[in-house]
Amino acid sequence: MISVRDVYKSYGDVEVLAACSMEVRKGEVIVVCGPSGSGKSTLIKCINGLEPFERGQIVVDGVEVGKRGTNLSKLRARVGMVFQQFELFPHMKVIDNLTIAQVKVLGRGREEARRKALALLDRVGLREHADKHPGQLSGGQQQRVAIARSLALDPVCMLFDEPTSALDPEMINEVLDVMVALARDGMTMVVVTHEMGFARKVASRVVFMDQGRIVEEAPTAEFFAQPRTDRARQFLSKVLHH
Amino acid sequence: MDFRIFVSPVPTGETTYLGWLLIGLRNTIALSLAAWVLALALGTVLGILRTVPGRGLRALAGAYVEIFRNVPLLAQLFIWYFVIPEIVPGGQRFKQIDPFVQQFLASAACLGLFTAARVCEQVRAGIESLSHGQKNAGLALGFTLPQTYRYVLLPMAARLIVPTLTSETLNVFKNSAVCSTIGLLELTAQGRQLVDYTAHAYESFLAVTVLYLVVNAAIQLLMRAVESRARVPGYLGSRK
Amino acid sequence: MYEFDWSSIPGALPFLWQGMKVSLGITAVAVAVGIAWGTVLAVMRLSPARPVSLFAAAYVSVFRSVPLVMVLLWFFLIVPSLLRDVLGLSHATDLRLTSAMVAFALFEAAYYSEIMRAGIQSVSKGQRSAALALGMTPWQAMWYVVLPQAFRNMVPLLLTQAIILFQDTSLVYVSALADFFGAAYKVGDRDGRLAEMLLFAGAVYFVLCSAASWAVRLLRRRVLA
Repeated sequence: MISVRDVYKSYGDVEVLAACSMEVRKGEVIVVCGPSGSGKSTLIKCINGLEPFERGQIVVDGVEVGKRGTNLSKLRARVGMVFQQFELFPHMKVIDNLTIAQVKVLGRGREEARRKALALLDRVGLREHADKHPGQLSGGQQQRVAIARSLALDPVCMLFDEPTSALDPEMINEVLDVMVALARDGMTMVVVTHEMGFARKVASRVVFMDQGRIVEEAPTAEFFAQPRTDRARQFLSKVLHH
Repeated sequence: MDFRIFVSPVPTGETTYLGWLLIGLRNTIALSLAAWVLALALGTVLGILRTVPGRGLRALAGAYVEIFRNVPLLAQLFIWYFVIPEIVPGGQRFKQIDPFVQQFLASAACLGLFTAARVCEQVRAGIESLSHGQKNAGLALGFTLPQTYRYVLLPMAARLIVPTLTSETLNVFKNSAVCSTIGLLELTAQGRQLVDYTAHAYESFLAVTVLYLVVNAAIQLLMRAVESRARVPGYLGSRK
Repeated sequence: MYEFDWSSIPGALPFLWQGMKVSLGITAVAVAVGIAWGTVLAVMRLSPARPVSLFAAAYVSVFRSVPLVMVLLWFFLIVPSLLRDVLGLSHATDLRLTSAMVAFALFEAAYYSEIMRAGIQSVSKGQRSAALALGMTPWQAMWYVVLPQAFRNMVPLLLTQAIILFQDTSLVYVSALADFFGAAYKVGDRDGRLAEMLLFAGAVYFVLCSAASWAVRLLRRRVLA
């Protein structure tokens, strides 16, 4: 489904991604972790073309990102993305946040878009908030709406950029529960996160990055039980104190 | 377009048309400087008054700002030139002095007091942007309030507002053009003279525009130099 | 001491009202067109295409470097004859009001463009990313997500600029177009009561503009806080 081959990216003189390669098969849940500045957010933003990259190849569902002439808007409509800061559109009601892309990007009718939106809000447990504005919701509620917003476009895979890092501790679980349910339903997901409990529960594989490189990649159980590299080991020992 | 008009002599013969424009430029600069000095002095005082504890003083300065910001500059200028001499003592004698001097004084006073209202608000914003902690630190050291203003608040505020003062300087130069309406021969007025006498409207206005752009660029360069010397190391927005 | 005689005022009110309508008309048109064109300029300024952003930057730079009086004179002296030649209108057509409106709109657009540019930049980049991530084209992202928020953020500044514009309409005096101020001057000059009329005009502007500024402050606190 997603194929990243030998990707390099620099901001001016600073190299932020080097020799990054990974394969994500349909239905897999990949957790990407690593210290701050390791490039994980940048990598995930390259997958849907929000960030350009200089060398390498990324193919998503048969479409080559980064090739001139690729219709990025069309691709992004099939790839869902959830942001750390939720990024709901504050000037629109919750329901409108969910319908606008359906109508303007996919060309669905208003009624159909609305029905789908309400069904999704139901699925994340927020139907009664449909007519509120994002500013009236808590962080956890906003993030759940953001997930629903992406799901409204029937994506083939979902990218999550530290979805719970901006949340107060008591709200992290409500969002993780939604993500776990999504994973169990078979959604292909790439999740950048520090939440190792989540990784252990649903991740197929864990990818560990440091300083722009993919340092280690292993099936979940193996990664946690027997990390092969020193840096991974160091990272795990610090993170697993929670 | 015929640019030779600029080097042709004017009807009265004492200079070329370009010379007329340069006289206008000189008057513009002189007027702007006079007004700016007045505006800075008065505006700073008013800005300080807007931040002191005394409510009466704050209201007084506030009223000044309200009046001078809610009446158009043109109306203020006409009031200075046509009305004030009628109602203040000595006004009749004012009307006897050389017309150019009358126009210049009225213009400088008007532009100065108008701009002072704007400077006041910028000084006030600068002082208020400093945290209360700064003022308290000064007082805690045993400074009186006037001393706190002098040694702690004003030096920092002055540096903070240099960028806004840059745009204010440019505004003074642009607003000086309004004074052409009472007959003051500043740059815009001279431009109009050129059009009247040479009937070469395009060239005249092009020249005047270019001169304003040049003055503008010069001010911006000058203020950038001032800004870099006024920058406080380590403070927001400055290089370390 | 000058003998004030305010008797000119009542009789002149209808004429002054005509002038006020001109002032308000120019303000309305210049604000509407100025904001629209200014927003376009702001978007152009932020465009990745060099020629486009340079043009917008140059436009804004030039119009912000020259006095409004000069632009008005330029439009009063040059543009009407230019337009007549181009459009083939007769010399009798009074283009002064149109010239004034066009001059104000083009001039103020430069100022509005700076306000809107700040507004656009005040919308967090994540908003644009989120819109793009949903499959919107950059234009869609700008139109549905960024501009609405930019506009909302800048409403107080846009209104304040409109108040300044209203005051600036007095400058059509230089083209002998009778707006409120010009009308007041004419009456004062004709009746020999210039001082009274000027003070009256000043007072009217003061009342209108302070009320408007106060309303904007109220709006800022109540609705937008």
